[in-house]
Amino acid sequence: MSSLLRIIAQRLLLGVLTLFIVSIIIFTAVNMLPGDFAQAILGQSATDEAVAAIRRDLGLDQPPITRYWVWLTDTLSGDLGTSFAQANFASFTGSETGGGTTVMAQIAPRFENTLFLAGVTALIAVPFAVGLGILAALFRNSAFDKGSNMFALTSISSPEFFVAYILILFLAVLNPILPSLSNIYEGMGFGERLQKTLLPALTLTLVVTAHMMRMTRAAIISLLASPYIEMARLKGMKPMRVIVHHALPNALAPIINVVALNLAYLITGVVVVEVVFVYPGIGQLFVDSVKIRDIPVVQACCLIFAAAYILLNLMADILSILSNPRLRHPK
Amino acid sequence: MSVLVWIAAILAALLAGGWAFRFAGQTATGNKPYFRDMPFAVAFGYVAAAAAILGGLWLWFQPGAVFFRWAVQGFVISAIAAFIFRLAGRHVGTEGTRKMFRQMPLTAAFGILVILIYAVLAIFAGVIAPYEQAQVFTGVNILPGGDPATGGDPAHPLGTDQIGRDLLTRLIYGAQNTVGIAFVTTCLAFLLGGTFGFLAAVIGGWLDNVLSRMVDVLMAIPSLIFALLLMTIASAWAGSQQWLLTIYMILIIAVIDSTRVFRLARAVGQNIVVMDYIEAAKLRGEGMSYLIFKEVLPNATAPLLAEFGLRFCFVFLTIAALSFLGVGIQPPLADWGTMVRDLAQFINFAQFSPLAAALPLMAAGAIALLTVAVNFVVDWMLHRSSGLKD
Repeated sequence: MSSLLRIIAQRLLLGVLTLFIVSIIIFTAVNMLPGDFAQAILGQSATDEAVAAIRRDLGLDQPPITRYWVWLTDTLSGDLGTSFAQANFASFTGSETGGGTTVMAQIAPRFENTLFLAGVTALIAVPFAVGLGILAALFRNSAFDKGSNMFALTSISSPEFFVAYILILFLAVLNPILPSLSNIYEGMGFGERLQKTLLPALTLTLVVTAHMMRMTRAAIISLLASPYIEMARLKGMKPMRVIVHHALPNALAPIINVVALNLAYLITGVVVVEVVFVYPGIGQLFVDSVKIRDIPVVQACCLIFAAAYILLNLMADILSILSNPRLRHPK
Repeated sequence: MSVLVWIAAILAALLAGGWAFRFAGQTATGNKPYFRDMPFAVAFGYVAAAAAILGGLWLWFQPGAVFFRWAVQGFVISAIAAFIFRLAGRHVGTEGTRKMFRQMPLTAAFGILVILIYAVLAIFAGVIAPYEQAQVFTGVNILPGGDPATGGDPAHPLGTDQIGRDLLTRLIYGAQNTVGIAFVTTCLAFLLGGTFGFLAAVIGGWLDNVLSRMVDVLMAIPSLIFALLLMTIASAWAGSQQWLLTIYMILIIAVIDSTRVFRLARAVGQNIVVMDYIEAAKLRGEGMSYLIFKEVLPNATAPLLAEFGLRFCFVFLTIAALSFLGVGIQPPLADWGTMVRDLAQFINFAQFSPLAAALPLMAAGAIALLTVAVNFVVDWMLHRSSGLKD
């Protein structure tokens, strides 16, 4: 057990280190912007005093390493800075602290919405994909298997917005079952919120299901030639029982891995889908900030996406170690 | 909620039908082994398939189900086209290609046919397209179909967009721009990733370590997010020069995707460099470029080629997504992702005119069709090269 804890601690440390380096990359990338933000905010006709004032206000007159340190420590203490779109006005009104919204206040509710969307998607997609994969392995090489394989290939290779618009067309416009706009606001009832989240969640489900399903099928089929499966079959066990009781536990490691990877993929997919459905999540905020070059928000969103991505990959790693006794006791 | 009730009712009916079907089969055939040993799921499958066919037939004759009819027609036509293409391939060409076509599944034939059509469109866009890509006409929002009775115009068979540009022209030029840019980006990513991957595999040691750690860190950031971040910066660098932004986008996506290529090239290369013939070449005193190009590369072609197809799909989808979000290929150039975004609101008019809803779906479908085609071909290639028979 202690070796297990050590492995987990090692992976965690590695994850934190990666996140640290990623934060450096993000910071460096943002600082490669030509000129500086103060100039960008005020435009060509700004007076030197105004530029200098904003620069001081935002701490842009410090050297890069100091700024990185300040940004990092602030981020760790939960302060993600002030959105430029708002900071802009603060310096004109003259208030020292800046009356604008902090990035944290902008991100927090949206982050929760995105987590809700990802959660609903995972709840639908994972059982659906694994179940479909098991069925495809059970009836391998049948019409069902070939059909689901073709469906998987098609949905894996369609862009998210294509899937989204097809679903909108059939489930929202032609047969008004679900709303096509996910205008979620605070204090909404759970049922209504779920209903408005369902269409984006279904889109994401279609996008991620294919990969998980194919991996589940492949992982189970690769085990079916093993002697112990042969034995179970010769005992006269039913095919379904052979697969669920004997093949599935051993195929769990690759399946968990691919599930976690696809949940990590959700983070990327969420951006496009949120824009299509006008879902007030972090992805939409990110795209909007990219368009108006609101650097602190872009930085913070990027860091959150990267952290979630690293965390999910880490979880995949740890869970696949836990599910496999051979990895749990390395020689 | 009534929808859920309906789904549950249909499911229950199908389950009961499956049981009844098996029971009827058992009594009618006097308990023949086929029906006696039939698992319930198989019986359910038969009944569900029969129900799906009947439901499809019923839907076909519904007046409102225009999209369903289009989808079925498209499916049948593409299946027939793929079949004829495969038949032609079996009788025309050299012995090698004929043999290849004989072993080909229909999906792969369809994929190759689609890729060929796209390639022709992309290369000869200027000749095929009826107008210029940025040419503006007086008729705006003309619907596709070319029939004046349904809001079309014979001069614009696929209609025009909201500022009056011919959509057929823009779709064809989109093949040139979107596919062309994606192809260039993929080639660049392969040049970068492949070179460094093979170098890391052949030289090993500290170079391998440094490159691998760098790639690990770059891969820790989700690629679309990283691309969006860098595009923010690139758009500031490019300023008002839009063509410069496209160049930056190509470079950014090429670098991001080259990390994935690096991984594969390194893994494949490492399996090859431990072979005896590499040892022999090294002992002969061959140089690094000879080792990489004459010994490693020819033996790594099959996995790299399959990866090229998949990578192309990813790059293509990333570019389409960036353009859809408004930070990719910029306006004067015709591009499918931008077209989807510009025409998206027409989908809400589907109930009044299915032709209006088809506007955004044409461009999105063009993207999906190509990626599906490439995936079909890659799937077949992987299946063939691995000798997998399941």
